[in-house]
Amino acid sequence: MSTQLLSLAIWVPILGALPVFALGSERRGLVRWLSLAVAVAGFLVTLPLYTGFDATLASMQFVEQAPWITRFNVQYLLGVDGISMPFILLNSLITVLVVLAGWEVIEEKQAQYMGAFLIMSGLMNGIFSALDGVLFYVFFEASLIPMYIIIGAWGGPNRVYAAIKFFLYTLLGSLLMLVALIWLFLESGGSFSILDWHQLRIGLTPQILIFIAFLVSFAVKVPMWPVHTWLPDAHVEAPTGGSVVLAAIALKLGAYGFVRFSLPIVPDASHYMAPFIISLSLIAVIYIGFVALVQTDMKKLIAYSSISHMGFVTLGFFIFNQIGIEGALVQMISHGFVSAAMFLCVGVMYDRMHSRMIADYGGVVNTMPKFAALFVFFAMANSGLPATSGFVGEFMVILGAIKFNFWVGFAAATTLILGAAYTLWMVKRVVFGDVGNAHVAELKDIGGRELLVLGLLAACVLAMGVYPFPFTEVMHSSVDNLLKHVAMSKLQ
Amino acid sequence: MGMKTLYLLVPLAPLAGAILAGFFGRILGRTGSHVVTILGVAISFALSVLIYQDVQAGNVFNGAVYTWMESGGLKLQVGFLIDPLTVTMMLVVNFVSLMVHVYTIGYMADDPGYQRFFSYISLFTFSMLMLVMSNNFVQLFFGWEAVGLVSYLLIGFWYTRPTAIYANLKAFLVNRVGDFGFLLGIGLIAAYAGSLDYAEVFAKGSELAKLNEAVTGWPLITAICICLFIGAMGKSAQFPLHVWLPDSMEGPTPISALIHAATMVTAGIFMVSRMSPLFELSDTALSFVIVIGAITTLFMALIAIVQTDIKRVVAYSTLSQLGYMTMALGASAYSVAIFHLMTHAFFKAVLFLGAGSVIIALHHEQDMRRMGGLRKYLPITYVTMFIAAIANAGLPPFAGFFSKDSIIEAVHLAQVPGAGFAYFCALAAVFVGGLYSFRLIFFTFHGKERFREPAHGAHGHGAHDDDSHGHHGPVEPHESPKVVTVPLILLSIPAIASGWLIGTILYGKWFGDAIYIAEVHKGVEKMAEEFHGVLGMMAHGVTTLPFWLAASGAATAWFLYIVRPDLPAVIKQKSGVLATILEEKYGFDRFNDWFFAGGARLIGRGLWKGGDQMLIDGVMVNGSAGAVGWISGVVRLIQTGHIYQYAFGMVFGALGLLSLMWWMGQRGLI
Repeated sequence: MSTQLLSLAIWVPILGALPVFALGSERRGLVRWLSLAVAVAGFLVTLPLYTGFDATLASMQFVEQAPWITRFNVQYLLGVDGISMPFILLNSLITVLVVLAGWEVIEEKQAQYMGAFLIMSGLMNGIFSALDGVLFYVFFEASLIPMYIIIGAWGGPNRVYAAIKFFLYTLLGSLLMLVALIWLFLESGGSFSILDWHQLRIGLTPQILIFIAFLVSFAVKVPMWPVHTWLPDAHVEAPTGGSVVLAAIALKLGAYGFVRFSLPIVPDASHYMAPFIISLSLIAVIYIGFVALVQTDMKKLIAYSSISHMGFVTLGFFIFNQIGIEGALVQMISHGFVSAAMFLCVGVMYDRMHSRMIADYGGVVNTMPKFAALFVFFAMANSGLPATSGFVGEFMVILGAIKFNFWVGFAAATTLILGAAYTLWMVKRVVFGDVGNAHVAELKDIGGRELLVLGLLAACVLAMGVYPFPFTEVMHSSVDNLLKHVAMSKLQ
Repeated sequence: MGMKTLYLLVPLAPLAGAILAGFFGRILGRTGSHVVTILGVAISFALSVLIYQDVQAGNVFNGAVYTWMESGGLKLQVGFLIDPLTVTMMLVVNFVSLMVHVYTIGYMADDPGYQRFFSYISLFTFSMLMLVMSNNFVQLFFGWEAVGLVSYLLIGFWYTRPTAIYANLKAFLVNRVGDFGFLLGIGLIAAYAGSLDYAEVFAKGSELAKLNEAVTGWPLITAICICLFIGAMGKSAQFPLHVWLPDSMEGPTPISALIHAATMVTAGIFMVSRMSPLFELSDTALSFVIVIGAITTLFMALIAIVQTDIKRVVAYSTLSQLGYMTMALGASAYSVAIFHLMTHAFFKAVLFLGAGSVIIALHHEQDMRRMGGLRKYLPITYVTMFIAAIANAGLPPFAGFFSKDSIIEAVHLAQVPGAGFAYFCALAAVFVGGLYSFRLIFFTFHGKERFREPAHGAHGHGAHDDDSHGHHGPVEPHESPKVVTVPLILLSIPAIASGWLIGTILYGKWFGDAIYIAEVHKGVEKMAEEFHGVLGMMAHGVTTLPFWLAASGAATAWFLYIVRPDLPAVIKQKSGVLATILEEKYGFDRFNDWFFAGGARLIGRGLWKGGDQMLIDGVMVNGSAGAVGWISGVVRLIQTGHIYQYAFGMVFGALGLLSLMWWMGQRGLI
């Protein structure tokens, strides 16, 4: 039983989506409750992954192995370590919130909408637990499809452009990854096992080529500057739920790829390319911070803020010290909570006003005090205020960066000013002030369901900020192990 | 109950009050909310007194409550360091906070946000206590940012006012500039000391002093101290990061007293004193500190002379007094800085709360040009503010004299570069301090009763600070209720008398080992030798320059605002540019708005339109899409539909491929 946990995490939501589809869009009440039940079940089956996790082990846990395509030695090989396990829980939790967030707002084809999210949830769990290259690739690519459909079908007026841009960008990126996977398969003498690849000895030139192939694929997903421009477009057009999953989970896939593939498989190339990646990360933090400042559309602003925050993740990975890498992982989890909450907050306002433009708001606190309190709280978390989760990861990465090189830390720490500037300036214009216009005057404060969703996220943000110990505790052994791989030359 | 439980209760009691009033304010009602929050702070204050006695008995505590996080060999804990320095701060913070809580009952009586306000000020008290009680840099930073957050919320308390929400954003961002430096300092400590625990870091101090920063080559300890001090410059509003404090006056007056005078703004002073084992190792850093303090002291005091908004006068006075404290830090007289922090907390709280009492008596009028002659209507406010003004000017026998005089003496004795300049600024600012303090009193409480005059257009600048509701009809001011006057009286007592503790606090064993002073910095030691009791100090004081400067400042104010009230306008006219410079506050706000705020938006727009939209999307993304379109266009030309052309192409293609493979085979490439 306990060995099937990862399969459950993948297949419960995917198979659960089938009856949801079968119900069709006529029976909305039933669709919602069934979707919620599936999502909650999907979350519950992931809990034993945490409670049963042995933090002292660096090896993969809950491993499942079965032959899949024997001709090419492709296996159904699953397992998690302290790096991937938290993301499965995060993903499953976010899915529950997304179902709740789409409760009343989605009026057309609700069954398909809910089903798409459930399937995507399962696929993402697959990405985080796959230990076979082909299996990983299949999940990685398959997860594009539901997201493409979500943006394309339930998105805004310019959804088709955004959906295609999103799809092509990410698909083209991952084609190079496929080439790298096949090369590794051949080079390793016929194995697709990622863990086998960790032991492979590779010359510097092929290492660099493989690194670049992975980089192109993962950089688009993260997204890193300069391949980030699909994200603001995708966010703007995506429905709230789509934005939430995109920001909270989908962006993490690329970053996860770096720690699962790039760093341990081609460590010499990673060191060789580190200055380049660090530069791109710092550009993301600073350049994107400035761009976020002048956005007029709230969703774009938060999208840019996401890119800037993800810059901290890639920075943390490539300074190769424990606090940096763990900080990056913490930042990924925290960003999952905070960006989800920020997009949900914009969704709450959009549902009422049908506008995302900052200029259409002003003085929301007058009519929505409860919402305003939560929004300001999440904004503070987004600005990295201590005692919120947003602080922990940034703080760790900055400490790691200063240890690595003072000027890198210096550049990274500018986020303290930039992050606060773009977030709080938006808050000032949207939340504070006198009632901006007649529409704001008619706003109704959040109801119980919205309060539940945002309240849950607020609790997570606060808990992680006040007591991050359990989060970093599960990572230590795995990150140590990763660092060992990174420090070890794999040159032939 | 062990002492550790007591320590925990000190911050948690106000936090509990804040949570109750914040989340259950509607259920508790107004009375319920102020009862729970006042109770929380009262408990905290009572416990602080108990802990004070325990510490005086020689018990110092340094221990962890829980491990916050562990990574990369860095164990970060939440914990307390309870020593004489901490306990002094605990007493000051809790006492002023308690008084302000009580005062708020009267001041905010008509405000719809009553419960929210109590929740915020209790949350502030919690944050400030976490800051001063910390035994490590992470918790210090938490408290540091948390008080900043509450300050942000409270400056913008009246969130419908455009000026208030402008001021709170500005305050937060300027503080973040300071925090940027602060965090870099913490990062350097973590990188080189391998710990963020005070005791462990201090123990490694002399080791760090021998190192240079690896990348920059800077002397490490100097870099650390200057980075940390940049944080202090933000929080304690030192030049050039002082710009947020005057604007913070947009917040309700009780928080101006509590946060922007007595406690939060002194966090930087406290922090540097706490870090004395590090700062003592770098004369360069101390020199930087003393110069920044000196500039702030004199130049902010000058602005106070021309302000007409009663709260802003007090705000600039606060800036100047914070400058004094900073100078003391630079002169290695940490205990003197904390002593002045303490006396200042009392008399400045009285000045602010008194100003608040005047403001409500005049129905939210803050412009001193519309006051005058108020002493007979507000006798208690008048007397208490007069006491505080004397203390602020540094005249004996009130509290400010002892602390300020000690600072001037310490700066005089200091040897670090810049000390001479600082001494000059300190003396000049004493005269200016006497002038603006008594100008405030005479302008407000003496002279013609101007508050009955109808409002006229000449207000211009000051008018936007007013609360909107009517002060247009004639008003009959009357003394504020007891909840306002009793805190004023209770705070006046230490404003008078706390200076008399100088023998105990500066030259006794008050601070124990909490403050470290290097052998070579002998200022305080010399002062101790020359100290012969409170009376002796006063007797000596009246024969020295600072006393006469302060007294002549006061006399000038008396002459200008009581004897010849027509003169100030004439002087202002005659001094032309000088007055304009002061009224423009040296142009900092204008410059910051133009250069930093405008510049950041310009860069942002440039990168967005030029970088993201034009270069990346325009050339790279849509450009590649265009290129694909162009290539397919070319390819389409080849697709003629004629079989022979295809066959031709195939043959040539195959030939080309074969020759390529042959060529590569020749060179051993395949």
